[in-house]
Formats: sequence, structure tokens, C-alpha cells
Amino acid sequence: MAKRERLSGNEAVAIALKQINPDVFPAFPITPSTEIPQYFASFVANGLVDTEFIPVESEHSSMSAAIGASAAGARALTATSSAGLAYMWEPLYLAASNRLPLVLAVVNRALSGPININCDHSDSMGARDSGFIQLYAENNQEAYDNMVQAFRISEHKDVQLPVMICQDGFITSHAVENITLLEDKEVKDFVGEYEPENYLLNPACPTAVGPYSVTDYYMEAKRAQAEAMKNAKDVILEVAKEFGDLSGRNYGFFESYHLEDAEYAVVMIGSAAGTTKDTIDQLRKQGVKAGLLKLRVFRPFPAEEIAEALKNVKAVAIMDRADSFSNQGGPLGAEVMSAMYRKHLQAEAINIVYGLGGRDVTVEDMGEVFAELARIAKTGEAGDTYRFMGVRG
Amino acid sequence: MAVDLNKLHLRAPWQDLTTGMMIHAGGTSVEFHTGEWTAVKPSIDQDKCKKCGRCHMVCPDSAIVVRVVDNARMEGPGCGKTALDRMYQVDTDHCKGCGICAYNCPFDAIEMEGM
Amino acid sequence: MTSLKEFMDRPDRLAPGHRMCAGCGATIAARNVLKAVKPEDHVVVTNATGCMEVSTFMYPYTAWQDSYIHNAFENASATTSGVEAAYKLMKKKGKLKEDENFKFITFGGDGGTYDIGFQSLSGAMERNCDYTYVCYDNGAYMNTGIQRSSATPMYADTTTTPVGSKSNGKPQNRKDLTNILVEHDIPYAAQTTFFKNFSDLYKKSEKAIYTKGASFLNIMTPCPRGWRYNTPEIMDICELAVETCYWPMYEVENGVFRLTYEPKKKLPVEEFLVKQGRFKHLFKPENEHLIEEFQMEVDRRWENLLKRCR
Repeated sequence: MAKRERLSGNEAVAIALKQINPDVFPAFPITPSTEIPQYFASFVANGLVDTEFIPVESEHSSMSAAIGASAAGARALTATSSAGLAYMWEPLYLAASNRLPLVLAVVNRALSGPININCDHSDSMGARDSGFIQLYAENNQEAYDNMVQAFRISEHKDVQLPVMICQDGFITSHAVENITLLEDKEVKDFVGEYEPENYLLNPACPTAVGPYSVTDYYMEAKRAQAEAMKNAKDVILEVAKEFGDLSGRNYGFFESYHLEDAEYAVVMIGSAAGTTKDTIDQLRKQGVKAGLLKLRVFRPFPAEEIAEALKNVKAVAIMDRADSFSNQGGPLGAEVMSAMYRKHLQAEAINIVYGLGGRDVTVEDMGEVFAELARIAKTGEAGDTYRFMGVRG
Repeated sequence: MAVDLNKLHLRAPWQDLTTGMMIHAGGTSVEFHTGEWTAVKPSIDQDKCKKCGRCHMVCPDSAIVVRVVDNARMEGPGCGKTALDRMYQVDTDHCKGCGICAYNCPFDAIEMEGM
Repeated sequence: MTSLKEFMDRPDRLAPGHRMCAGCGATIAARNVLKAVKPEDHVVVTNATGCMEVSTFMYPYTAWQDSYIHNAFENASATTSGVEAAYKLMKKKGKLKEDENFKFITFGGDGGTYDIGFQSLSGAMERNCDYTYVCYDNGAYMNTGIQRSSATPMYADTTTTPVGSKSNGKPQNRKDLTNILVEHDIPYAAQTTFFKNFSDLYKKSEKAIYTKGASFLNIMTPCPRGWRYNTPEIMDICELAVETCYWPMYEVENGVFRLTYEPKKKLPVEEFLVKQGRFKHLFKPENEHLIEEFQMEVDRRWENLLKRCR
């Protein structure tokens, strides 16, 4: 039986973790993800979970300890944001290349400098090539649901890759909203027991992790890792299907909102999708065929599926909550445009950098974006394809 | 050994590599013969050897092997001192010829050969 | 107490076939420390990036008979923390039987211990993680080609403190890491090296490994390439380090200092220095005062240690 609650995104993830009852949780606090380990520490203090909680001295160590725990045969995770994620950049790659299942709950926050505590996606986008699977949430419900699904994806024998689940700092992490939770037993049964085949603490057979690899092996190792990411696509959908049957909430690589017949589309990630949906509702009433593709899975990147979903649009705006400083736009823009190119799509596409350091996104802002897309479709001139939204000057 | 080293040769296709490059076995390095690095090898004179074990302890390559032997049933040099005794032998497959054992033998029982 | 013979007769937990240089001190330390583990116990070895790591687990050849994990350079202690937490959890949940015991031993060079790995080391020590950290201190970053570290002694010639017309080698004194670890108030910390019949190293290793909570062993492990001495003479170098009081042999158990060896007659430090190419420049006639300075620092540290031991 589902339980209705009112929770913030951080509480939602913490509650999912209580229900999962993971083995090892090393953590170091950083705004705005601090509440996740904080709530969890209180579960530990009150005997509500069996977890070994390690209050380490840095984020580099929290990811390193999670790696150690996972290699040892435990179900492990940690949480972080912004500079914390940047600081654990090196071990992110190690978790992925050692093919260690674990979960990183990211609460997205702008990277310094200047130092800023509010939301953008520069932190997790910076880690997009680390080999982690990346799932993004629009709201607290999705953050909870992604957390429940994460270990299943990560531990699948065809995958064995770490998973990052991301939610927007403050906007999602701290805003209290309605949420529907699964029963504890439902989560427990869904996630299941973790039974790795080989691990450090296996008394019957030693395991060696983290070799030096000469050139003769290195590229083969990377190719094998790439295959795991390829396999992750099917596994993400399988797990989502099973989760949908359990919860009634259905997930895929992305959510399409009025996209089927859309002439003008926005592609984006995270909480601003909620605002965009309101804009689309208004425009639809006026007869404007506006639609949204809200990406949930950024790694592996569902290029073909995105291009297929956009094949009938006349113009598309790809919205990046992070700049690549490539003088071309953000990471989402580059990848979506490349997907469209490979599918020979003729739609005009622009890339808009928005919402940096917590800059607000309004229904009107998104209305402007759709109006611009209509102008572009009419004239056939995309103009500058690298733009900023909501910036003064 | 839970791992098939023959499959993990330098020309192995990516599909054959172990997941995450983990090795689920201990001590697979014995298959790599560092003894080929040098022709200089120690030779232990079993008659002079007083079984103090110094050479075994100071070897950086675990290449002086202690064998607990039943001397009552053995013949030849070094035998017959006590019923159960230790015998130190050089693992020439792995010895790198550093010479630490010979230099540190308190009884001059080790010679470096092939210098 | 385990006898010397028992220690020696235990099978090696570090297999041959690793790629360390001929005559390397670090593996002498590793294999003898591991002999202090009871044969019925299992070990998870954690290793910081360095010579030992790149040489002992070169895919697909692991020299370790036990489980082993190398993660990165600066995070060996944090990695061990995760492994140890997983162990506690498995014991708690009954996933490991009562008689299935694991010991956690972390090896790092002075680079991975004194310098880049210091934060994670300090953190794990403060949390009293139940593990033994073994620093194989060869006094420079040997893996990358003999660059100075905070463990490098003053006036040593290294590739980042080269001796030149305006330089006498490393200008600073070395960090006293053992003391810093003692100040973490851990149950056991000790310094040792390869000395006489190795019983000092075995005893300290056994104590460290079987002490509940965090323990730290600092083992001086000469590096023939970096120190430039005649490779077979490694035991002489160690003996001189001890007899000159450059490398005092002591342990600190629950805050109580104890000298485990006191030279009958303290030798002048130049006897230790003269055997090593990295100090060759100190023996030019015009540099006599540098040896005096070196001696004064050794004396000062030795006197301080004696005070704490009494």
C-alpha cells in the first residue's frame, strides 16, 4: 500500500535509503546535500538501520571508502554536491573502471567560483565522462523513485557500474512537496539482497582490485567498460518496468510532455521542467504546439531515442543548466545536436544556457523560448545557436 | 586458481578480460619469472648453512624458500643434523640476484655465482 | 608470544614474481610484516599508489596471497575504512562466521603517507579504524624518480632538490611523522627497520596487527637507487641508522613511550651518511659544518625521544 507524505527531496532520498538499509554509508557534509547523511545518521543513532555510517574527513575519502566497501562486498553509497563532487572526481573514475556497484546521491549545486550554494548542473555535468550512470529527477517523487531503482541498475551483472542520482539543489532538495512512498517491505523486496560473486572479504577466495595495466590491456579494459554502459540501457528500462508495475509510476530514458505532435520543443533536465510544463499548458490552450523532452538518463545517453522523439519538430531549444565554455554551449546541447545530426533531422536547434547559480526560471521565460522557436521555424534562421537566458546586459 | 591466466595474455580480446580487471586468486605473480632478469644467482652451501634464516628474512623477493625437511629420511649435504630441520633453497625462477643474502650470511655459506 | 622460528616458518603472503627493483627494501618490509599475521587469519591489503603498487599487481599478476585493493595515491586509509566497515557489517549480519577473521593492513610509501595521503591517514586514525598502517619510508618519491618528500632528510640530493652551486640538497628537516601519529592518541605506534634478527620488526608488527583499533608502523626501508649505496649492504645501512640514532627504534603503547633498542655507544651520524651517494657532497672539506648541523638535529630529536621514554 502506498503512503502519502509531504517531504523535501533530501528527506525523500533519506527515507528511500532507510527502506533500502544499505551496508556502508561514508559521508562528508556539503550544502545542499548535507541533510541526506544527517537524516541518515539519526536513523543509525536510533537503530532504524543496520548500516555502518562512516563520518569521513572529506569527499575524496567518502567516495574512496564507498569504493573500498563495495569492493569488500558491501552495498555502499555516499552523497554530495558541487565542490564535494569535484573533489571526488578522481575516485569517481576508479569506481567505474573497477566496475564497482555503488550509488552517489548528488544534489546539484553550482561549482565555484565564485562560490555559490544554489542549483545548476555544472557539478554532475563535469563528471559526465567518469563512467557513472546518471539519472536526473524533476522533483522529490522522482528523486525517491530513482534512489529506489539505483542499486538494481548498478548491481546488475551485465552492468556493474556506479550510479549517480541527481536532484536540483534547494529547488528540489529543500522544497517540501507531496510524495507517494512505497511500503518498507515493497522497497526491501524490490531492491533485494546484494550477493556479489567475488569480493575482498570472501574467505574462500582472495580478490585483487585495482591493477597497474600496461598499454596492451588498457584499451581492452576501457572497451569492456563501454560495453557495460551499453548494457545499462536495457537494464535501466527493465528495472523501470518492474518499478512501474510496483508503483504505478512509469519511467524511461526521458519524459515526453505533449511531444508527439509538437512543432516547437524544449529539451532539458531537472526541476525547470516543471515550470516548462506550465508554459506548455498555457500555450496549448492558445493552440501553440509546444512540447517538452525532459531527460532522465544522461548516461548512457539515449541518442537514438531522443532523435526519434524529436523527428517531427520544426525547432528545438536545448536548455543547459551548465556551460561547457566551449564557445558552443553546454554539454546537453552538444550531445542532443549530435544525436539529431546522426538521424539527419532538419529541425533548427539552439542551445540556451540558463539557471546558473540558482538563477530563477519563470513560466514567462519559457514562453519567450517557445516564441523564439516559432520565429526561428518561420524564418528558417536559427541565428546564434549559443545563447544565455535570464542574464542581465 | 579461480582465474585462467592463459586467457589473459597480452593479445587477449577485450571480452576475455576479467570484469573490472579484478583477479580472483592470490599469488598469480609466481607465473612471472623475474629470475630471467639476471644470470647472477646465489648458491647456498648446505654444509656451511647454520639455518639461522637471515637470508630468508632479508630477501626482497621471497626467493629463499624455507623447507621443513625430515632429515632422517634424507641424504646428502646439510642432512642428518636433527631429525626435523629447515633447509633454505634459492628459487632461481624468481631471484633477481641482488646479493643481499650472500652479503648478510653470517656463516659465509652463500656465494653469488655467474658474476 | 610467537617465536622467531614460528614467524620465519610461516609461508610467505607476498609471492615472488613482483617487479620491484633487485634489492628493494620495501618488499622486505611487506613480506616480514605479513609474517606476523596468524596463518589462520585472512588479510585485506590496501596499497597507496607507488612503487609497491605498480610492481606487485601488474595485471594479471598479483603478488599478494591475500585480498588486495589499490584505489589511488592519497586515499589508502579511506579505502581501508570502507573495507573495515563492510567487515563489521558482515560480522554483525552473520555473513562471515565467527572464526573467519580478517586483518586490515595498509601499505604506503612516504609520499602516500607523509604527504598526499596524510589527510586520509589522519582521518582514519582519528576514527580509530581497526587497521594497521605501514609506511615503508624510503625518504623520497622513488616511483616517480627520487623527488624530495617531507620524509627526505635534510641535505639529501634528490631530483627536485639537486645539489648545485647554490644548493646543498634538501634545505629542510624531515617531518617526524611517527610522533604526529602518536599525537593522534592511537593505541599503538612504532618505528622499526631491518635490524639484527628481525625480531623487533616481527614483534612490533604482531602488536600492531593484533591491537584493537588503529595502529601505525613506520619502517625505514632503504632504496638502493635513491640512496645510492651498494645494494647488498642494506642491513649495514639500517644498523647504522639505528646505532647513530638517526632512526630510533621505539614504540608507543597507549601513550607510553618505550625504546626497544638503545645503542650502547651512539655513533656519529656521518657513519650513516658516508655510505650513501645522496650525501656525497657533504663530505667535501668545505661542507663539514653541514654534517655538524645534521648531527645537531639528530641529537635534538634523540634527546626529546629519551625524555619521553623516561
